[in-house]
Amino acid sequence: MPQNSITEPKVSMRDIHFSRGNRVIFDGVNVDIYPGKITAIMGPSGTGKTTLLRLMTGLLKPDSGDIFVNGENIKDYSEAQLNHMRRGMGMLFQSGALFTDMSVFDNVAFALREHTDLPESMIHDVVLMKLEAVGLRGARDLMPRELSGGMNRRVALARSIALDPDIILYDEPFAGQDPITMGMLVKLIRLLNDTLGLTSVIVSHDISETSEIADYIYLLSDGKVVAQGTSEEMRASTSAHADQFMHGKADGPVPFHYAAPDYYQDLMRINEE
Amino acid sequence: MGFLGSLGRHILKFIQALGFSSVFLFQALLTKPRLKSFHLLLKQFYVVGVLSLPIIIFAGFFVGMVLGLQGYTVLVKYGAESALGQMIALTLVRELGPVLGGLLFAGRACSALTAEIALLKTTEQLDSLRLLGVDPLHRVIAPRLWAGFFCLPMLVLIFNAVAIYGGYWISVDWLGIDGGSFWSSMQSSVDFRQDIINGVIKSIVFAIAVTWIAVYQGYVASPTSEGIGYATTRTVVYSSLVILALDFILTAVMFTGLK
Repeated sequence: MPQNSITEPKVSMRDIHFSRGNRVIFDGVNVDIYPGKITAIMGPSGTGKTTLLRLMTGLLKPDSGDIFVNGENIKDYSEAQLNHMRRGMGMLFQSGALFTDMSVFDNVAFALREHTDLPESMIHDVVLMKLEAVGLRGARDLMPRELSGGMNRRVALARSIALDPDIILYDEPFAGQDPITMGMLVKLIRLLNDTLGLTSVIVSHDISETSEIADYIYLLSDGKVVAQGTSEEMRASTSAHADQFMHGKADGPVPFHYAAPDYYQDLMRINEE
Repeated sequence: MGFLGSLGRHILKFIQALGFSSVFLFQALLTKPRLKSFHLLLKQFYVVGVLSLPIIIFAGFFVGMVLGLQGYTVLVKYGAESALGQMIALTLVRELGPVLGGLLFAGRACSALTAEIALLKTTEQLDSLRLLGVDPLHRVIAPRLWAGFFCLPMLVLIFNAVAIYGGYWISVDWLGIDGGSFWSSMQSSVDFRQDIINGVIKSIVFAIAVTWIAVYQGYVASPTSEGIGYATTRTVVYSSLVILALDFILTAVMFTGLK
């Protein structure tokens, strides 16, 4: 058992198998997310990191294996039960996925209006508090198309914490952001996690930002967890996978070349017929 | 064997899609209506119905005028041009209104529905609804279905009315047919139950079919820019063909044996 085995994990994935068509994405993955911690799921692109988040939220169902959220197996949940469970989860999509037909204010207010009977004056205050937390109180009347990429992600973050979830999932929060926005997001994720007592999961391949804030790291490759540990442990790890990934080496267990026939034979068209 | 095998595969795939889309339809429609969601329905009535009005009115007027011109050249040979009103009205309420209205609706409103839903899917907005604990079938799909079901029959009635006025304008003001006989031949031959109600029933059937196709194609579109294009094309092609095929079946049931 990694980390503190006294506390129950908030989310626990046991022996997850998942494939798309003939392609095996997960081949027996075990991941535990502990409360109050920031857990990072890292790995080269195409290893199904985002798919893992989708499995955790029940947006996708595994071929086999069990997923426990707050100790309950979500395998046989109905869509209505899943929707109920998801109110306790926030997810920040890579694209932000703001509702493009609503203003920033309405985006953040959306879940409150859907799930609560709070009076509009109260919703107004809650929304402004959430927007203040991400520094965008002044942008409340803008439409999503008027926002920069970084602002878009911060609004999406405000929206995903509107219902005060206790788990928040970040899908590639740093991808394609400028250094200032990255720094801001790193600070925000840590701040939100610690002040609101959240449990955070970050899916990312940005090593420096992620290892800066992650309490625990899982490294995925070829459908399996190939290494895990705190960021210090990962950097010092002797595992070939961890070494290649954490130090950004072009070749290693994850090959530089996509599977191909022999180079010489290919060039000489030896196997063409 | 290869041919039979691939035929079988296609049929199985079709039946699977039919089953899945039926479940999809019922899940979307069988929901408790909520007062909170009423504004969503109103918005879709505007997008699907009101914004389709210009094309329906424009097309209706021209179809009516053409019917007047063509009908006149045939009827005048038999000295029966006073029956022009009857001919225009019956053609419209029984056939052309529902069919052309439906085809225009498929091209204008249904393609937009598919593209919009597919784009919501591509930009992960449907997933983010789910993650906020809201079922997109209720929030996104249901209002669009209801709006389509109600708007097309109303648009068809408007199409018919405008087309009859177009025909009247050509026949009476241009070709010089007596206005009184234009209206009275129409009044004496168009039966409310047989013709108008049957036409409305047709348009309701078309409305259900094409709106269902449109939202389903959007919902299952593959989330890429190419996928949105394919889905939109499929919506227009399938709904047009379905309208024509259903029209034949409905006409056979409703109007064969009528004098």
